[in-house]
Amino acid sequence: MEFVNPEGLRLDGRRPMEMRQLRAQIGAVAKADGSAVFEMGNTKVIAAVYGPREVQNRSQQINDQALVRCEYSMANFSTGDRRRKPKGDSTNIACENAIFGCTNHWFMFVMCFVMANESIRRRSTEISLVIRQTMEECILTNLMPRSQIDIYVQVLQADGGTRSACINAATLALADAGIPMRDLVTSCSAGFLNSTPLLDLNYVEDSAGGPDVTVGILPKLDKVTLLQMDAKLPIDTFENVMQLAVEGCKAIANYIREVSFAREYQTAGVSTWLVVHKKGIRAHIQAPTLAWLLLDFQLSSHHLKLVAYTGVATS
Amino acid sequence: MRGIEISLNQTQKIRLQRALKQLESLYLRANFNASVTVADTIPVSNEDTILKGHGTSERDGEVVATLCGVVERVNKLVYVRTLRARYKPEIGDIIVGRVVEVAQKRWKLEINFSQDAVLMLSSMNLPDGIQRRRTALDELNMRSIFEENDVVCGEVRNFQNDGGIQLQARSQKYGKLEKGQLLTIPPYLVKRQKHHFHHLEQYGVDLILGCNGFIWVGEHVDARDCIVEDQLNNTEQQFTKSNTTKEMPLETRRSICQIANAIRVLSILGFNVTLEVILETIDLSSTLNLGIDEMLGPEFHVLVAEREAERRTSMTKRKG
Repeated sequence: MEFVNPEGLRLDGRRPMEMRQLRAQIGAVAKADGSAVFEMGNTKVIAAVYGPREVQNRSQQINDQALVRCEYSMANFSTGDRRRKPKGDSTNIACENAIFGCTNHWFMFVMCFVMANESIRRRSTEISLVIRQTMEECILTNLMPRSQIDIYVQVLQADGGTRSACINAATLALADAGIPMRDLVTSCSAGFLNSTPLLDLNYVEDSAGGPDVTVGILPKLDKVTLLQMDAKLPIDTFENVMQLAVEGCKAIANYIREVSFAREYQTAGVSTWLVVHKKGIRAHIQAPTLAWLLLDFQLSSHHLKLVAYTGVATS
Repeated sequence: MRGIEISLNQTQKIRLQRALKQLESLYLRANFNASVTVADTIPVSNEDTILKGHGTSERDGEVVATLCGVVERVNKLVYVRTLRARYKPEIGDIIVGRVVEVAQKRWKLEINFSQDAVLMLSSMNLPDGIQRRRTALDELNMRSIFEENDVVCGEVRNFQNDGGIQLQARSQKYGKLEKGQLLTIPPYLVKRQKHHFHHLEQYGVDLILGCNGFIWVGEHVDARDCIVEDQLNNTEQQFTKSNTTKEMPLETRRSICQIANAIRVLSILGFNVTLEVILETIDLSSTLNLGIDEMLGPEFHVLVAEREAERRTSMTKRKG
């Protein structure tokens, strides 16, 4: 499949080194200590931070530092093809099976479901762990002994790069909660398709099976806190791809700093809410081509159907 | 602002924005460049030595913020005051909390701090008012003083070694709060003042502005002092009397809701909550003849914001 056409444009009309449009909003969850919504193109993630608060499970209490916990989940409606609800549905069917003693065929069907759910759960546990470790690295946990910080992130719309979006949202939420940190961690992904390094992969590019390098950095300290790749790449290509992802992280960092500064400034002045819009930030200066993907939700009788339109406009 | 998203129409939106812009510009004049975010460098002059306070750290010889907030400088001390964080206790603060656990000789209170606060049985007055050693019997009867989920008012006594705090309630004004509403607002909106207990005589309502952002609005109780004298005579009778709750008049209920809504509006807009501002807001609502429920509507929010902008402008003019 052709991911970069001869004109040098990607499937959604971006240049190879162009990032999707960023949008961040701080203070989305009323009851949380800190919260944020972060969007990268059509990927939309909400994060809520509770704490530092009393440790719920006494045995987990750490005497000289704070306990950081993270929970990642994906909303059922976040993906294009709607998945079955993980626990409730399948167990119900399993129970029915047990009661009515269904045929072998039925049983196989149920098993498939359970296995699919198993893989989803494993994936979300892994991402929870990744986010937790990344955030723990930057939080000054020793300043809040015997307490616990809970980070909840949920994917509202998945269109590739959810891991990065989750980390960015969590950073903003932690900054909003007034938790001391070394730096604002930011994350961005990059890939390598059609022998071109591509910044900020979307779902179609992500599922192409090529390498996907997710990088998390501390921009001011110039340190890498997260590096993940699920494929093989020659070392010199890898360096290029990673460099691209780092550039992306820095661009996101600028945006995040701007948003949190504006928020803080306004709170100090009058303390009001804030929604900041900003159009396409680019890691490299590119031709001013702006592309967007319009998602139209059509509510049919039983499920949400996602219809995608693509359009290219020149500004 | 967080929480309630008020649905404003176009004109209201413009009016609110204008008022808030005005407030912001006043702030800009007062403190220029004082806001920082995480990992921003705080400019300090190299000539004199400085003390690094909360929310700062050193990196390559530069002072760097570890929080988002406002830089404060007191003589040599430089620190970052964060706005939307949890409560930072100081000794002597008057706070309102909720009992989450009754433990050995102590109650654990949720006070919006990173740990639960501890209220020792020995650091509060017994209901019979006698000063004596606490016996095992007192310990068994702890639930008759405070139960789980009770709202309690107290004072920060000292810090423990592990960073937790101890409270005391060794005065008649402290203790259990009943018949009223508990409001939780961000703690930075409550400034430390001389008085945190207020008796609003015209409404017959007690108002306690806890430093931890927990605010109590309840029916006025003046009997706390008398109880002691009474109880010396007939403890039994007093006990039954306090349990049979006397019906609260409708008028008082109304004023409690009115005051609570005034505080809600102020905290949604992010204005500091002080007695004068609360009273002014209530006055504004009663001069407009607004119903209590209408106080949470968009129009009133805009009006309060506009009036606050006006007030601060006139204040700065007077100063200038």
